[in-house]
Amino acid sequence: MPWDRNQMAARAAEELEDGMYVNLGIGIPTLVANYVGDKDITLQSENGMLGMGPFPFEGEEDPDLINAGKQTITELNRTSYFDSATSFGMIRGGKIAAAILGAMEVAENGDLANWMIPGKLVKGMGGAMDLVAGVEKVVVVMDHQNKAGASKLLKECTLPLTGKGVVDRIITNLGVLDVVEGGLKIVECAEGVTEDQIREATEATIVN
Amino acid sequence: MKKVYGTAAEALDGVLHDGMLIAAGGFGLCGIPELLIDALVESGVKDLTVASNNAGVDGFGLGKLLETKQIRKMMSSYVGENAEFMRQYLSGELELEFNPQGTLAERMRAGGAGIAGFYTKTGYGTQIGEGKEVKVFNGEHYILEEGIFADLSIVKAWKADDTGNLVFRKTARNFNPPAAMCGKVCVVEVEEIVPRGSLDPDHIHLPGIYVHRIIQGEHEKRIEQRTTRKREEA
Repeated sequence: MPWDRNQMAARAAEELEDGMYVNLGIGIPTLVANYVGDKDITLQSENGMLGMGPFPFEGEEDPDLINAGKQTITELNRTSYFDSATSFGMIRGGKIAAAILGAMEVAENGDLANWMIPGKLVKGMGGAMDLVAGVEKVVVVMDHQNKAGASKLLKECTLPLTGKGVVDRIITNLGVLDVVEGGLKIVECAEGVTEDQIREATEATIVN
Repeated sequence: MKKVYGTAAEALDGVLHDGMLIAAGGFGLCGIPELLIDALVESGVKDLTVASNNAGVDGFGLGKLLETKQIRKMMSSYVGENAEFMRQYLSGELELEFNPQGTLAERMRAGGAGIAGFYTKTGYGTQIGEGKEVKVFNGEHYILEEGIFADLSIVKAWKADDTGNLVFRKTARNFNPPAAMCGKVCVVEVEEIVPRGSLDPDHIHLPGIYVHRIIQGEHEKRIEQRTTRKREEA
């Protein structure tokens, strides 16, 4: 059985170590926060906050307190606020230990495409290009194949890039793969999924 | 010199001209200078280039200045929440220059700090890097980005004293300090102007040297994505 969204998020949470400052993207990456357990993790929100708390209780929403997805959130007793230039200073400066984000395509050399599909409505990259360029470890969480069944792990990205050679690890519904010299290396298979099944579902070169 | 003005229109009097470059604070609808945007609509100033992370939503924030077609060009990182924006962009009426969010913030900060250009890894090897100078430092590729020197900054803060010292609140700070720094003239709207001496000098987020004009007013502070949890889940 391939992993579902929550299992993928739980697996991604294993990437996080005690004491890390981490940036989580929108979608499945947001769910990772539910699986950090006892680990002391500080979440960064790139609009200008460290120590992001959960959604507020109904009636306690504060329009001055939102995350990078523009959702209302809360602060914690460790929270600090800062301006966006400072926020991206810590991102580019390599102070954020890990970024977990979604993707449309990843190439075997670590190229990442997740911001634009030519000919469709283009909304913009937001902070994604800064994050992948600056953060120490970039972990992509995404389905292994698109809805048409085609591999999202490619020899080369077909979509405009968000970053060149930036991805370190990919967690899909089928397993975990690392970007290494010469291609992708299977690190782990989802329960009941075989390495052959992953190879079958992957266009990118798989190295041993 | 008196910095406190009565209304947003008065605070913008004499500083507007067609074709000007305006840097605006705010992220989404959080911490946006809503009163000054309304006054810009009223003024009729046009052919504006606006550097702002987002472009508001239909009918609120910078969306109002788009509806009246006073904006010629946006410099932004994310514009997904605005149908009128998309219509004008796709029909070619509106120019758009995408900037990665951190690059946009740093371009504003740099402009305010007298730095004409800087090298960043962000965007290297992507469309954003095309046509920009590439330089290798310590074996890594960086692209040249330029500081933004705006004609006018429009900014929202929480509190100010009458000398322009500013305090922001929570994530409403966002782009406001860098936007404030990069304008020749910086106009700030606040929720409260407090007496001189009542802000702790150690707790000023932006010193008054960057601030030329201040107004106080009521803010709608619209929420873009209201997300909550139920008490039972606590």
